[in-house]
Amino acid sequence: MKQSVYINSVGSVSAQKTFDNSFLDDVVLHNDTVINVIAPNYKEYIPPAAARRMAKGIKMSTVSAKNAMQEAEVAEDEIDAIIVGTGLGCIGDSEKFVSDIIDNNEQFLTPTRFIQSSHNTVAGQIALGIGCKGHNFTYVHSAISFESAVLDAKMQIEENEAKTILVGGVDELVDHHISTHRLIGHIKKEAVETMSILKSGTSGAVFSEGAHFFVLSNEKKSSCYSELVALKTFNVLSESQVSDETSNFLMEQGLTEESVDLIIMGNNGDNDFDSYYDSLSKGAFKNVAQAYFKHLSGEFDTASGFGFWLANMILKQGKVPASVQLNEKRAESVQTILIYNQYRGENHSLTLLKKC
Amino acid sequence: MSELKQELKEKIIEQLNLEDVAVDEIQDNDPLFGEGLGLDSIDALELIVMLDKDYGIKLADPKEGRKIFESVQTMAKYIEENRSR
Repeated sequence: MKQSVYINSVGSVSAQKTFDNSFLDDVVLHNDTVINVIAPNYKEYIPPAAARRMAKGIKMSTVSAKNAMQEAEVAEDEIDAIIVGTGLGCIGDSEKFVSDIIDNNEQFLTPTRFIQSSHNTVAGQIALGIGCKGHNFTYVHSAISFESAVLDAKMQIEENEAKTILVGGVDELVDHHISTHRLIGHIKKEAVETMSILKSGTSGAVFSEGAHFFVLSNEKKSSCYSELVALKTFNVLSESQVSDETSNFLMEQGLTEESVDLIIMGNNGDNDFDSYYDSLSKGAFKNVAQAYFKHLSGEFDTASGFGFWLANMILKQGKVPASVQLNEKRAESVQTILIYNQYRGENHSLTLLKKC
Repeated sequence: MSELKQELKEKIIEQLNLEDVAVDEIQDNDPLFGEGLGLDSIDALELIVMLDKDYGIKLADPKEGRKIFESVQTMAKYIEENRSR
């Protein structure tokens, strides 16, 4: 018999003040084309000797993972596995390492940047920090990196291969990454105000960064946020296939569009690709309460981790903040949430959560 | 020699990301590893690369490093005697 999968805690470092687990009480309004995280004081979480070799992505992840573990009240030796999703890993050190190779004619390469230039350094550093010798895996799969990590954890818990898993998604913003994405037009040319992003009418997205970690378990703890019911990813879908695949996904769970209390979507204000979301919001979900999140989190490969965090907070706290509401519909009580995300028409994901 | 020691202290702080350490907190004879600055084996590799890149000194035997990297004083002395740039 398959085990149920519970999300017992959340941890977030994002472009909003989420590191203290507050729930968008004061939305940070940006007006830019790239936005950085609202960083905690890392020294409160990480000893200076350890922090000195940590890239920004590792620091964000360490804080986020620590908060999640603390809230779930799991001891370090209770974590059976650490699974992380990341689009670009610690790209800052990757860039420095490659620059060193070029600048120094392939000589004088230092170990620290090499260690941090690998994608799996985040999961590795967290494991070293807590002494976890269990399954340690990193998924690198563009906009479904985070979902791939969650799916692996879900399957392991369902099949009783693990009881408690720390799962997360992380990506960091660095200069070269920004300049190349500006060059290819993936970043908006003009600054956009946070709450006006869907009205921008222009191409590209507002880029950002963040780290989101969760403790998933077969045991429902008092801190429980939700039950992870189903998750599916797709590499390529046409706009017309999105509705059909969403219907099929819900049908497999004995649900219809109307029985979902809230749909959370990853609209990022990109005029060329938000139509994928419109196919749901103006179609089968037009009578369902809708929310969006990338105006608050910005766009990055694992931005859906913020969407996952938002869904869990809504289910636990029983309220949908006004700042994320997309339409006029309001659910009386939010019991079931569907998250739909994609980036530039590729790497689509559907995640179904229910209140526990 | 004192200029070189000052330069070494600045480089150690910068290259090893010792954010909370100031140059004047490092005494010439303070041990760099263990109880002193608390450097570790990865730092030792960073220092070996620094000797090569900045002073043209190649350490053929990494064990030599144990004596050379005892302190800023021993580092400066070794660099003065062996540097090619």
